[in-house]
Amino acid sequence: MDFELVNLISWIDESLRDLCGDASWAVSLIEYVLIAIAFLGLYCVLALILILLERKICADFQCRIGPNRVGPWGLCQPIADMFKILLKEIITLKNNDKFLFFTAPFLILAGSLGTFGALQFGKGLVGVDFNVGIFYMLAISSLGVIGILLAGWSSDNKYTLIGAMRSGAQLISYEISAGISILTMVLLGGSLNLTDLIEGQKDSWYLFQGHIPAIIAFIIYLIAGHAETNRGPFDLPEAESELCAGYHTEYSGITFGFFYLAEYLNMFIIAGIGTMVFLGGWQPFHINYEWASGFNELMDYIPSYCWFVGKVFMLVLLSLWVRWSFPRLRIDQLLHLEWKILMPISLVNMLLMAGWVAYIAAQNN
Amino acid sequence: MDFDFIDYLTGQNIMFVVLSAIVLGCGLMSVLSTKILRAATYLFFTLFGIAGLYLLMNYEFLAAVQLSVYAGAVVVLLIFAIFLVKNLGHETEKVSCSKKGIAALASVLGIVMTLVIVFNEGIVPAVVGPTAPQVDMQLIGDTLLGSGKHQYLLIFEASSVLLLACIIGAIVVATKSKEEK
Repeated sequence: MDFELVNLISWIDESLRDLCGDASWAVSLIEYVLIAIAFLGLYCVLALILILLERKICADFQCRIGPNRVGPWGLCQPIADMFKILLKEIITLKNNDKFLFFTAPFLILAGSLGTFGALQFGKGLVGVDFNVGIFYMLAISSLGVIGILLAGWSSDNKYTLIGAMRSGAQLISYEISAGISILTMVLLGGSLNLTDLIEGQKDSWYLFQGHIPAIIAFIIYLIAGHAETNRGPFDLPEAESELCAGYHTEYSGITFGFFYLAEYLNMFIIAGIGTMVFLGGWQPFHINYEWASGFNELMDYIPSYCWFVGKVFMLVLLSLWVRWSFPRLRIDQLLHLEWKILMPISLVNMLLMAGWVAYIAAQNN
Repeated sequence: MDFDFIDYLTGQNIMFVVLSAIVLGCGLMSVLSTKILRAATYLFFTLFGIAGLYLLMNYEFLAAVQLSVYAGAVVVLLIFAIFLVKNLGHETEKVSCSKKGIAALASVLGIVMTLVIVFNEGIVPAVVGPTAPQVDMQLIGDTLLGSGKHQYLLIFEASSVLLLACIIGAIVVATKSKEEK
């Protein structure tokens, strides 16, 4: 028995090809549209799940019950919230740049969706598989920075502007050490292609293959990635006590909803990249010894997408745990942490990894 | 030879027209806009469209570089500079006549140069689309960091020295302004 979703997809592909005969362009067109709908749907559903998860876990941390009225255990709460946010009025400001004001949320959403599309959800469940996949993900996510900066400026409000500047500085700074720690693992994997990277972790995940440098890189990636999602303890851009809600103070209705969606999905995406680069993506957990072959076979029975989603949600839970446990940093502490601690460590760590890779190569020769 | 329109209606060509329209339209808007931050935003869309054109030609590495360097870093730097310098001015100043003349001269020169090249060389039919060879990352890496013929190690290192000089320059400028206070 094989529960891989890729079977379903190839079945759809084959039946579409039968149906359309020799009009192969129609097959491609229908498939593109289907894939787009599938990704958008998954994006929204994941956001609903993540919002409920966050509220429930936050409640647990603060010894509350959390949402419990709508549906059993409050399960329908995010759906009710969604309808509320869709029905709300979109308030327009008077003396601002309306074009930029309404472009900004779309830019943020586009950056987030562009990264989301490159995630590898399971065996064969890939939206875009570029030759330089991981580099593309880092590149396209920079759209979000521009969206945040434009949102803050076009709201014509000093709180939003300060929030946007803080957020921009934070994202640009932490992108460096997140990028370097991913690069460290690319050194180990020897490829920028995500399919190759995941294929290389078939027997043992890169976190274990890379020994100490990989573990250091993983910890740095988790910190920097967490900071990139603009969430506590790094949530100064929207520090309520100082800046109202930061760069999205003036947004309402679904334009605010876009920021909200992107924030939650960025958490998922950061966890997803971490999973693909450090924790083997959709590859099952294998112990690379002779005596564990039975265990390995057992692990293979679990479908690949379950592995991916399971690992990602584990990292998401870690991120929530951190968010509700630590107090907020000051802006100087934040920049000190990045430029004087994380970046030097990750640079030295990359050298360490290069040494480790050279050592393995020497052993194999 | 009769011109069959349907033959040209491939996905590649449609995407090329759409992307070119985005690049040219946003480029024009970027120049014509009187609001400086809007101009920067249009510039961003132009650069984004160019990345799309690279993707259409199967240059994935170039597209990703275009996105991260130009669309990401340069435009973000530009927006930060506008935030810090312009003091939230919405409109740009009127450009003086002599500057307009120089700009017109430069653009005419650019057009003439492009036309000369096009007429001399003729339009080379580029290999576009899925048939275009995909450039291997290994090859790009070897070419950038190799010291043999047609390889660019020296230029690569020279540009890194330039960047280092820029960083040191930035530090010098930043510390000087502190002492003055």
